[in-house]
Order: sequence, then structure tokens, then C-alpha cells
Amino acid sequence: MTERISLFIPCLVDQVCPEVGLAMARVLERLGYEVDYDPRQTCCGQPAFNAGHREEALAVATRFVEVFGGGANDGGRGRDDRAIVCPSGSCAAMARSFFPALFRDHPLRERAVALGRRVHEFSEFLARRGDIERIDGGFRGRVGFHDSCHARRELGIRSEPRAILARLEGCELVEPGGEPVCCGFGGLFSVKFDAIAAAMARGRLDRFAELGAGVLVSNDPGCVLHLRAECRERGIGLRVLHLAELLDEATGGGR
Amino acid sequence: MSREHAAFLARAAVKAADEDHRLKILRATSTYDAAVAAMKSPATGQFADWQSARALAATIKDDALARLPELLARFEERIAARGATVLWAEDAGEARRHVIDIVRRHRVRKAVKTKSMTTEEIELNALLEGAGVELWETDLGELIVQLAGERPYHIVTPAMHRSRDEIAALFHERLGSPRDAGAEELTMAARRHLRQAYVTADLGISGANFLLADEGAVVMTENEGNGRLTMACPPVHVVVAGIEKVLPRLEDLALFLPLLATSGTGQQLTCYNSIVRGPRGEGEPDGPERMYVILLDNGRSALHADAALRQSLRCIRCGACLNACPVFRTAGGHAYNTAYPGPIGAVITPPLRGLTEWSHLAFASSLCGACTEVCPVGIDLHHLLLENRAGAVQAGGAALRWKLAMRLWAWAMSRRGRLDLLRPLARPALALLRLLMPRRLRARVPALAPRSFSRLWRARR
Repeated sequence: MTERISLFIPCLVDQVCPEVGLAMARVLERLGYEVDYDPRQTCCGQPAFNAGHREEALAVATRFVEVFGGGANDGGRGRDDRAIVCPSGSCAAMARSFFPALFRDHPLRERAVALGRRVHEFSEFLARRGDIERIDGGFRGRVGFHDSCHARRELGIRSEPRAILARLEGCELVEPGGEPVCCGFGGLFSVKFDAIAAAMARGRLDRFAELGAGVLVSNDPGCVLHLRAECRERGIGLRVLHLAELLDEATGGGR
Repeated sequence: MSREHAAFLARAAVKAADEDHRLKILRATSTYDAAVAAMKSPATGQFADWQSARALAATIKDDALARLPELLARFEERIAARGATVLWAEDAGEARRHVIDIVRRHRVRKAVKTKSMTTEEIELNALLEGAGVELWETDLGELIVQLAGERPYHIVTPAMHRSRDEIAALFHERLGSPRDAGAEELTMAARRHLRQAYVTADLGISGANFLLADEGAVVMTENEGNGRLTMACPPVHVVVAGIEKVLPRLEDLALFLPLLATSGTGQQLTCYNSIVRGPRGEGEPDGPERMYVILLDNGRSALHADAALRQSLRCIRCGACLNACPVFRTAGGHAYNTAYPGPIGAVITPPLRGLTEWSHLAFASSLCGACTEVCPVGIDLHHLLLENRAGAVQAGGAALRWKLAMRLWAWAMSRRGRLDLLRPLARPALALLRLLMPRRLRARVPALAPRSFSRLWRARR
């Protein structure tokens, strides 16, 4: 039986890099999922939450709960248990790890928490469903993987994306060693503290460049955009891709 | 933007572009990381299970914090019974007055001092110098920054930002050691410089790593032996300790000493660990004639009363969060201009010293969580930064343009229709705004895609 899943497309992907969302949808479809997208969705509220604007974060997160947990997919009963897949560790962490704090003492708390549990980051979802062994594809080259900090430290996603890359024929994974370090994105942090954020990206890129990586992959659109921008700034010839983009390319390409 | 905020940005930008600084800090933290990893590993270290050790440490600290008044009273009663004087200081000003009183009472002209962050907190060095007291820093790292006219860069390794060559040049100029002196020669130069000071000083000043309630004792850990000499040689010993330093029992040290040594410097134990139970007793051959313990609150009670922030008082000042923090390593310890830099500094400085001037530190984090991961007492550092951010906004600290931007954003993001309505306006507006931005900032602000995912998805079906 085909499993129906819902896409959670973060605002950054929706507005800035839609190709990441499309790539993820194609990969999921190739693996046999029926993919739904509810166009009423906008954002999980994280930008305001991280900026300390709890009221605004709550307003947007409430909409998120209405859209995804409002029973739209099960005749209004509000008992939808469909998995929600998201191409961002950070946004998945917002729904799963931070909704309990954001909805503290809120009438929607229970629904928000239950909904959060259904949200999965892309690589984590594939691992949990046992899909990694079913991935059939190849990608030639030395590939570095940059952990999304929220995926790694809030959601505990460590081996999943690496297992996916290891599955691809010709793909040589290079690891800088030591504890992975943040690339300096951090949402508004990268704008408010741009000099620090840029230097952090530079430090990260250097580690992968030293290892001769031609491609750098991450599981967060924020990290991808931030690292890509720094490559452009400094003329570094490293191709920075979202994991879904690489996987899409490796298993059939954009159609 | 507060003055401290602007100064932080300026100092951080300089360090962020400083390749020499980056390499020095990278070298120091890499050495530290390797030593710490070895200590935490069950195979090569001393912890069968590091995670259980930190969970237990958190529990012991939470218990101590829950009984703080009782434990402090016990500490005071027991150490006072052996002749030490305990002085309470509500804030930095009161602590400074206590120190000045002691200096006057004992006619202090020369003081030796160990590394202590509480003395940084109350800005003791400037105070003593102003009072005409000659102050000798005896910790090697502190001596280096004192000779260089700087504040400590880091709470455990104050001269982390100085290479050996720089220190050799500094010591050559100030202490007369050879210009190309190696590490050992430099240490010997410092030793020669300091030895006489211990025996001629009228006052020894130290901090405390722990206070023991059951023993009524002050615990100090160090690697150079300078702490022992500072505490034992001069006729008067003053301890400046935060009230959160108290542990219930002597046995707790069995966990906390290796925990601190591991997270602080990647050691099994620091070389010298002293438990001081009072001034020189009847028939004892050494130790000071008088001992004072200044118990410093300076905002800690306010942290204690805050349900979310109380756990920040578990901190044992090991510096692990600083070492793990990519923002600290990039911006540098001096960018913060606080006694406590790095993640723990960003957590406690705004509530301790004022949201208006210091809230920017809570925002100066990518929230990567590396600090929380390494904290040996399980402080949820990066989540507390989120609490501080919410607190700052609630206190009205956000700039008007951010408030308006957030309002507009929330309005637009609450309905897809509004978002789609604004998009045709927002895209060219953002494009124009980007053109007006300085290049470095423009690189950090992405342009909107020609079509949103939502639109492309519809077209795809």
C-alpha cells in the first residue's frame, strides 16, 4: 500500500530555494510515496521564536497547527496521523522540540505537541522507514557532509544522512574529524552578526576544501544558502547542495 | 543599539578577520579537545560513563541550590568557628568596600593574587591599584595578561590568545628573559619574578572553586602551586567566592574535582587541590594569621529566583562552553568585555548586569548547541539564550524596526493569501534593499526566488 505523506516546506524553501522542496518531493515519489502539499502552510514560526518575539511566533505556529493538525486530511476529525516530512533539521526541531516551550500554558499545547511528533527531517524519515537500502543511484565525487546543528543536537540525527550518501555509487564521503562545527547561519544571527557568521562559514568551508571535497551537502536549507553565499563571496569552487538536491540528481535528476 | 552592542560588533569584526588569531585559538582548542576526549573516553580516561557523571553533577548542584541558604549558613558557622571571618556582599560595591576595609585594617601595601573570576567580576585589580596596593598576579596566564595590560581572554586560560613567541617578547621586555626563550625558560622567568612576592606580600587574594558546607572549607584547584603560596604565605588571606559555589559534602569533590579537571583542561586532576578550613590554627606551622571569606551575591539571588535561569548557577566555571563555542572562537574572548565571556557569559551577563546594555550577547549565538553538549553540569545553555531573548523583547528591548518587521511578518505568515499578496511587492523591495546594503551584509540576505514553492507545486500538478 502506498503511504501518503505531507510535505512541510519551510518558509525559506518556499520563498528562496523552492528547488530544494521540489527535489525532496521527487525523491520521495521515486521511493513510492504519495506526496501531498497543503498550500495553506507558510512557516513554523521559528524566525520570531529565535528572535525572542514569542507572541508573533505563537501566531504563526498556531496557523501551522491549524493547517497540519486541523483535521483537513481526515474529514475534520483532527486525528490525522500522517507523517510530515521536512527538508530542514532546524524547522523539524522547531515543531518537535520547541513547540512544547512555545505553547506552554496554551490551549493548543496538546495538539501542537502531538503534531510535532509527526514531523520528520528528510534523512531521518528515510532512515526510519527503512528506505535507505532502497535508494538506487550514483554520484561521482568527493562529498563532504555538513551537519545542521539543529538536526544533530536537537533531533539526534547523525548517521542517517551519512548512510544515505554511503549508499550512492561513486560517492566518496569525506569527514573533517572532530565534533562538527556550526557554519554560522543561525537565521537572523547571520544578518545581525554578519562578520562572525561569515568567518564561521569560511572556517567550515576551509575544512572541507582541505580534504579535496568538490561537493558539500547539508540537511538544512539555511546552512546551504549561507555556505553557498560564502563560496560565492570568496570564489571557492565548492558546489553546495541540499541533501535532497544531491539525492534527486543521483537517482534520476530533475524532470 | 547599546554602546556595548556596537563595541562588541566592532571588536568581533576585527577578530573575525584576523587569521593569526584564528590559528592561535584553533591550535589551543584542538589540543584541549584531544585531551578532553581522551579523559571522557572509558578506555583512556577516568569516567566509565561521562553522561551519567554529568547528570549526577547536575543533581548534586540542583540539590545544593535548593538548600542554598541553609548550606551557606552551615559553611559560615563552621569556618567561622575556626577563626575565619565571613563577609556577605550583596553586590560588587559591597564586596569592594569589604576589600578596602581589610586593606586599611591590615595596612596592605603589596598583594599576591590567584586567578579568580569573581575578582574580575568586582574589578578588584583596578580597585587595589587605585588604593595604592601593588598587585601581583601569580597565575602564569594572568601574569601574562597583566603584563600586557589586558583583561583575561578566557575564564580558565586567560592568555589563550597569546602565542609563545608573543609571550617571549613580552617577558623579554618586562622580565628580562631571552627574546627566544622556550616554554620552560619562560615559566622559570615568571617563577623568579614571583617568588619574592609571596614572602613579602601583606595579603593573598584567591577565589574558590568550591565551598564545602559540611567542612566549612574553601576548595581551590590549580596547576602551578601559586595558589597554595598565595593562600599560605602572606599574613592575611581573602577569598572572594560566589554564593553558588557551595557543595553539601566533602565527598562531592570525588565527582567534582575530576569533572572540573576534565572539562577545564582535559586533565585527570589538576596538580594542586587545596582544601582550606580556616586561618593558621594553634600549633600549625604555616598559613595566614587572618582569613576572610567574602560571599558574593551580585545578582545571583535574582538568578536563583528565576525558575528558568536558576540552572545557570550550577556552573563550575570550567570554560568548556567557551572552547566549544564557534562564536567565542571567532569573536574572541575580549569582544565580550565581560568577566564571563562565551555562552555562560551570554546567559548570565544580561540578567546580572542589565538587559538594556547587555542583551545583544543573548542574540550573539547561532544556537548551535555545542555549549550545551559539553557542559559538565548539564546547563541547557543555548535554550537559556532563547529565554533571555524572549525576556529582552518582553522588557521592550527590541528596536522599533524589528518590532514592526516582526508584526508584519507574523501578519503575512498567518495566511497564505496574505503572503502571496505581499510577494510581488516584497520581491522587488528586497532586491532594492539588497542593492543598498554593504556587500558583506548583502551576501547574508538571500534574494527571493522568481516563483515560490507553493506556486511551482500548483504548476506541477
